[in-house]
Amino acid sequence: MSTATTSDTPQAAEQPAAPGAEECLLRPGNTNCGGCGMSVGLTLFGRVLAEEELACQMAIPACCGIVTAGGFPTTSYNVPVVATTFGSAPAYATGMARVRSLNEEGHQVVCWAGDGGTYDIGIATLSAAAERNEELIYVCYDNEIYGNTGGQRSSATPAGARTTTTPSGKAESKKNIMEIMAAHAIPYAATLSIAHPEDFARKVRTALGTRGTKFLLLHSPCPTGWKSEPGESVDLVRVAVASGLFPLYEVWEGATYRLNLEPDGTDPAEYYRRQRRFGADDLDLEEARVACERRIDRIRTLARQFPAAD
Amino acid sequence: MAVELVTGNHAAGYALSAAGEANRNARGAVCGIYPITPQTEIVEYVASFPFTKGEVVPVESEHSAMGVSIGGSLAGARSFTASSSNGLAYMVENIMVAGFYRLPIVMVAVNRTLGPPWNIWADQGDTLMLRDFPWIQLYCQDNQEVLDTTLLAFRLAEDRRILLPVVVCMDAFIVSHTQMETELPPQDRVDRYLPPLDLPHRLRSEHPVTLGGLVWPNEAMFHRAEIDEAMDRVPEVFAECQSAFSKVFGRTVDSAIETYETGDAESVLIASGTIAITAREVVRRRREAGEKVGLVKIKLFRPFPEAQLRAACRSAARLGVLDRNYAAGAGGIFWQDTRATFQGSATTALIQGYLTGVGGGDVTPALIDAVLDDLMARSEASRPQWMGLEPPKEDIA
Repeated sequence: MSTATTSDTPQAAEQPAAPGAEECLLRPGNTNCGGCGMSVGLTLFGRVLAEEELACQMAIPACCGIVTAGGFPTTSYNVPVVATTFGSAPAYATGMARVRSLNEEGHQVVCWAGDGGTYDIGIATLSAAAERNEELIYVCYDNEIYGNTGGQRSSATPAGARTTTTPSGKAESKKNIMEIMAAHAIPYAATLSIAHPEDFARKVRTALGTRGTKFLLLHSPCPTGWKSEPGESVDLVRVAVASGLFPLYEVWEGATYRLNLEPDGTDPAEYYRRQRRFGADDLDLEEARVACERRIDRIRTLARQFPAAD
Repeated sequence: MAVELVTGNHAAGYALSAAGEANRNARGAVCGIYPITPQTEIVEYVASFPFTKGEVVPVESEHSAMGVSIGGSLAGARSFTASSSNGLAYMVENIMVAGFYRLPIVMVAVNRTLGPPWNIWADQGDTLMLRDFPWIQLYCQDNQEVLDTTLLAFRLAEDRRILLPVVVCMDAFIVSHTQMETELPPQDRVDRYLPPLDLPHRLRSEHPVTLGGLVWPNEAMFHRAEIDEAMDRVPEVFAECQSAFSKVFGRTVDSAIETYETGDAESVLIASGTIAITAREVVRRRREAGEKVGLVKIKLFRPFPEAQLRAACRSAARLGVLDRNYAAGAGGIFWQDTRATFQGSATTALIQGYLTGVGGGDVTPALIDAVLDDLMARSEASRPQWMGLEPPKEDIA
């Protein structure tokens, strides 16, 4: 994350130069909420593209990602962006990617969608594009809520979370989108965390170097919806990784697995405690711990039995 | 030029494919496809066409078929698709986007009754449901007209003064599955008629625009007003596309409206699609019997050709509009627009609506005779009349 420096900061000259506005995917000056994980994700994603000197065109469905662009005629994006209908980003991107290939152009076609557009309304379109193995990168920034409309539950909302449509906590568990995508046997699927930027960048580079459909799931804190402190966003998702609630892992062809970081025994309670969307009355902490352990165990087992080649 | 015995679907598939192929020296062609009776043969034809530079993408729904065609068009390819009935209903959200993005996509629609109850026969209610979107709508009566109009549709859609999508419509089975002798133009003629597409607002990596983001009310209104201006230019540009068509292909393609014996007609029928063919025969016969009757065939439904229709019906005392569609709580849709057209004009003609062949029934010469008899005997209009309506058969038990 670039930190603002002023000309009278003594170390300014010695610090590595932040990417200039012309090479950023997300330009400075957007109006996103403080502590927004998606914004950090766009910045990290854009840096890898800039390092690799790759152009990109994006298809973004209804979500905070398109609101990020801001009002006409300005835009916060430094690449061509198409606003798609809510469930259609992978369909529009298919057309864009096919024409890119027909004309032997080098830019990446990227879908950037929230969990509503991915887990819910867009899942048929995403599934179909994955089944056809379209040449595109799909990034789902998962803030586990319909954030743009004011915080309604999606099928990505975890059990126990209060939303405006589950005022006493969501009864159902979060849908396992990574396993759904892995079941399509797409070339590459991976989870991303803004608390682990090197891991994030490496996975984006892997996606850029892989042909076919690539699915990246970004755990995206949303202080507005999670009722958490904006300054704690990075810490929160770090705890999610450390406790095993959001494991960092990769899947190739739906067949081989790699767990990137073994949880360090952090209690998931630490994650829940810092977000006011989880009320003590609505969340069965013991059940959550068991579910978390079961999920990480499964990934561990898969990674051991079907290890990815180095 | 080769004349072959082909179905309306084959004619449509031929035209779409040839138009796509004609863009091979530009950014190519893209077509998202999904099957639905009775248009499936169109997308099958396209899927088997050996494009030099084209992508046909079999997707999981009509919604995505249009989505893929939108993406392809935004990237600068000549894009098209085909659908029908409930498929069009499922596609609606992206149909709307294609228009608002000013993309010159051409869609062939086979008019089929919307369900439930399930029915696969001809009814225009499916495409007419799209009438308030920024799409040009053209209705065809036979196979040759489908082929020619589909080619014309690309030239019209891609004209810089227009830049709007076009839907070319034909009646289910009566046209889609019926073979007729049809002239199939060679590729080099189609190449001459359809120059390479250069979409002014296509995506370019070096030009980072955001398409479809937030605009303020004034800009949204301006966007609609620009569409209105483009729609206003359609009749003029359509006529230019017609004369260019004659030069390249050596035959004429029907006008926005076609008139038959309307000069001194007191009673004029207004029809579209295949009903117009039957109505023309009925009018010819009754003219021979000395009756002052005439026919207007409406091909261009959006934008509605108001000036031409007014001019064509100047002398008529009675207009009878035949609709193979029904707008609930209102009546036939061509009838509604006809009434609106004459509202405030000097004409005092009585305008009567007839609901004929709704749900796909045959609109026979006898039925049209009954319409004319009713119309000619009228001194005032009533609510739309259901013609040929019979109560369903009693349960056998």
